[in-house]
Amino acid sequence: MKRLFTVIPYAWLIVLFLVPFAIVFKISLSDYAVSIPPYAPTLDIAGGWQAVKDFLGELDFENYVFLTEDALYWKAYLSSLKIAAISTVLTLLVGYPIAYGMARAPEAWRPTLMMLVILPFWTSFLIRVYAWIGILATEGLLNQFLLWIGIIDAPLGLLNTPTAVYIGIVYTYLPFMILPIYAALDRLDPSLLEAAEDLGCSRTTAFWTVTVPLSRPGVIAGCFLVFIPAVGEVVIPSLLGGSDTLMIGKILWEEFFSNRDWPVASAVATILLLILVVPIVLFQRQQQAAREAEQ
Amino acid sequence: MKRTLFTTLALAAMASTAAIAEEVRVYNWSDYIDEELLTKFEEETGIDLIYDVFDSNEVLETKMLAGSSGYDVVVPTGTFLQRQISAGAFQKLDDAQLPNRENMWDVVSSRTDKYDPNGEYSINYMWGTTGIGANVNKVKEVLGEGAPTDSLALVFDPANMEKLASCGVHFLDAPTEMIPAALKYIGEDPNSQDPEVIAKAEEVLMAVRPYVQKFHSSEYINALANGEICVAFGWSGDILQARDRAAEADNGVEITYTIPKEGALMWFDQMAIPVDAPNPEGAHKFLDFIMNAENMAAASNYVYYANGNEASQQYLNEDVIGDTAIYPSEETLENLYTVDPYDAKVQRTVTRLWTKVKSGT
Repeated sequence: MKRLFTVIPYAWLIVLFLVPFAIVFKISLSDYAVSIPPYAPTLDIAGGWQAVKDFLGELDFENYVFLTEDALYWKAYLSSLKIAAISTVLTLLVGYPIAYGMARAPEAWRPTLMMLVILPFWTSFLIRVYAWIGILATEGLLNQFLLWIGIIDAPLGLLNTPTAVYIGIVYTYLPFMILPIYAALDRLDPSLLEAAEDLGCSRTTAFWTVTVPLSRPGVIAGCFLVFIPAVGEVVIPSLLGGSDTLMIGKILWEEFFSNRDWPVASAVATILLLILVVPIVLFQRQQQAAREAEQ
Repeated sequence: MKRTLFTTLALAAMASTAAIAEEVRVYNWSDYIDEELLTKFEEETGIDLIYDVFDSNEVLETKMLAGSSGYDVVVPTGTFLQRQISAGAFQKLDDAQLPNRENMWDVVSSRTDKYDPNGEYSINYMWGTTGIGANVNKVKEVLGEGAPTDSLALVFDPANMEKLASCGVHFLDAPTEMIPAALKYIGEDPNSQDPEVIAKAEEVLMAVRPYVQKFHSSEYINALANGEICVAFGWSGDILQARDRAAEADNGVEITYTIPKEGALMWFDQMAIPVDAPNPEGAHKFLDFIMNAENMAAASNYVYYANGNEASQQYLNEDVIGDTAIYPSEETLENLYTVDPYDAKVQRTVTRLWTKVKSGT
């Protein structure tokens, strides 16, 4: 019985991750073709062992070589990592005070505050990003408001810029930052702070020497939860970003839809995954360390 | 009596399940039909119509080449249709199920034969040109009275574009439309398949790209109508729809569509039935419904695109059939050009060029 329970997550991993990944990897070794599906060769199992051998013989790493020959791809990978890193820092700067405020709020308010953080998830992600188009557009709500209170004379061109992408990412991923930090701060024993103050710490020093280090696991978890999906983000840059906002998710989309080149698109996806494996493994390690520390 | 009632109910139940079972799924361009026609089709045939939209040939082609799209009728443009036919994506039409085919117009079908000889796989839905949409007053404000609104120089001359950037310019996100136009501007063959010639289009496009606010194939309709942008290089009927939306909103925005004097791309959107369509019979019914002269006229009157249906012309409104931006004069017609699909190798050059134009890298 116990064995069964350990098998389930592995079966899950194989069916939902390894098998699809193997398919994508296989396509990345194929060539573009005008056919259905648009790549060659395709495996014909009915042909027996010889067919399988022929099939394997036709696969090659040409598409990966192609990716290294064109500066576009590594620029897009780097640009995605940069955008994700900056967004993560911004999300942390916005999210930490909110989580701190929630953890310090009276006990009775906390469920309501928690609810308010989760509430946006009740609306489709796509609709929420679309709403930002309405807010950031030249004739949009934000510009109208700023013009009305007289801070600016001419509308700001916010939509279709990297700024809009940062706003979109910070907005969308904020709850993923707040919740783990809140969980860490909530567990924090208030008597530790009292002790610090008794020992002559000012409130600021106590915050930096006691609260921040103790909330570190939450901060790290939040950062990974924002950084990893932000690297591959495609919807936010295509809706809010301009045509020069370079992100690998958009390149992937274009390879797949505009170029209809599934093999190259699959190669891009495979490398994206390899890039993300590093932070994912680091995250796993950190989570495990945190669990062990607790025990 | 009771028994009859029971039988009737049972029959009614069976009939309604049959009605639920019969569906036709149509995948057409956005803003491309009078929606009343959809209801009319359902009422006339009792078939449930599921109508989805797209705004790029590339997205449609991806679905077609992936197979099992689930659609019964799709509407690719001629050049894309030709490639998809060679990939085996469509089934041959059965003319016996399409009595209204006699309504079609040879002026158009002789041109679409280039993509689909004798219309074996497709019928023409609409055709149009790719040209310049302008908010006349804004453009004159920026460029002065002598603004070349009738020339490709308006959008491909960096000197003009630099000034126009202040009021907003959109280009189609469609390399197969923009590259031929850029080649036409510098006097090259717009239909060229030669990578060296195509590279010249890159120079033209790269010089103006910093001044293009967005490359998008459908947003410009509203953006023009709201006055958010002053120039769009786009499809004829879309710009005319923007003109109408602005007139309806009465917001002081006046939009014009011009076929540039250098010539414009003439394209044809063709309705075809995917090879794995779940309901090919229903798809034929839809095609025949569309080829009905009055229905086709209603669609054109609504979307401001010319159609390939000669019999429908008597039902067209004067502001459609009489508008040379929609039904060009013989003289203009001669100045229009058509293009062939790029072969696979050139296609990669073209799409890479387009990524470079859009992203700057």
